[in-house]
Amino acid sequence: MIAAAWQIARKDLRQELRSKESLNAALSLTVVLLILFSFAFDPAAEDSKQWSGGLLWLVYSFAGALIVNRSFARELMNDCLEALRASPVPSSALFLGKAVACFLILMGVELTALPAFCIFYDVSLLGAPWTFIATLALTTWAVTVLGTMFSALTVNLHMRELMLPVLVYPMLIPPLVAAIELTRGVITGEPASEIWFRLLIGFDIIFTALAVALAEVVLTD
Amino acid sequence: MSNPLMQGSGVMLGAQGVWRYFGDFPALRDITFEIEPGACVALLGHNGAGKTTLLKLLARLAAPQKGTIAAPPLTETGYLGHGLGLYEDLSAIENLRFWGELHGAAEEASGQWLKRVELDHVATAPVRQFSRGMRQRVALGRAFQHFPKLLVLDEPFTGLDERSVKLLQEVLREALERGSTIVLSSHQIPEVMALATRTLKLDRGRLV
Repeated sequence: MIAAAWQIARKDLRQELRSKESLNAALSLTVVLLILFSFAFDPAAEDSKQWSGGLLWLVYSFAGALIVNRSFARELMNDCLEALRASPVPSSALFLGKAVACFLILMGVELTALPAFCIFYDVSLLGAPWTFIATLALTTWAVTVLGTMFSALTVNLHMRELMLPVLVYPMLIPPLVAAIELTRGVITGEPASEIWFRLLIGFDIIFTALAVALAEVVLTD
Repeated sequence: MSNPLMQGSGVMLGAQGVWRYFGDFPALRDITFEIEPGACVALLGHNGAGKTTLLKLLARLAAPQKGTIAAPPLTETGYLGHGLGLYEDLSAIENLRFWGELHGAAEEASGQWLKRVELDHVATAPVRQFSRGMRQRVALGRAFQHFPKLLVLDEPFTGLDERSVKLLQEVLREALERGSTIVLSSHQIPEVMALATRTLKLDRGRLV
């Protein structure tokens, strides 16, 4: 299953690097929103370190929605999804491969846009870099695993671009709250409660297991 | 029906009392047949007769709501539906290698197939630059290159020029000589009947 999942992920990454469809859209949206928010909220304000982490995760979650939306939708052209379902690849491998590809693309967008965030909001993440990297990886996986699952569920809907965020954002509240709290801790230098890490890890484990277990049902005609 | 493949009865493919509904509408009604290994079966019928629905059941893309289907596992099946299942941004060879890896085809099979269908000179060009006929020839490789025991082809002659039709007939004959079983639907009766060893005709979801 791992080998098949990696073949799917590699194919998705290759396609994305060629077309840059979601990569360009997500990266430009991320940078534009970070710039706009820096005008809407004063980064020089005393309390800016308290809320800038929240803005960062709001922007990252928007970028995540753009990326996961394309995950299964790109299989609709030429009926590739049907061809995948007619192949011996287990649905769980198909799902995992797509989630891994989305994770790597979104991580790439987040890391590329991170310097812009640090400059516009005058913040440093170097006080606790490993805490931030762990938060980034765990939250990005939460966004992609849930987003990919709903991307599969909504792939045949006409209004999938609208339906996906409506379904995904409410469910992303727990991991996003945890990410915001942990990032606030990194920016302000006040150590955040360990419970937020536990919440992120628990969320990732539960939803990865659920998505893998339900993949067959979700992808069956 | 108990699975004849499991019983070694010599039946490659079978359906017993199969019904498939779309909502309340029965697209397939009480379909029963058996196909012996090495046969080439032409599935005929008007538009909306249920040909595509039946082929999807044989390729395990859907399950019947009533009745049973006996078919080889997906590793031994090659399916080509209405869509070609090709990625526009990938080259012909990348597409075939991807599908070949998923089906467990030999590494060199993709290159050999492109040579067979006379597309080896454009192997590294993106599929989006290909004509309909060229795409169809690449797509056939997706279904053929792992040498499946069962080939399920939904209107494979549609949109092909004369040269491509001839090429397709040749590769289908080669597959039959290798011992593959083929089930294909088509509206191009002469092309199909040149290959078919048996016909199944569907009319409004029933075999007639």
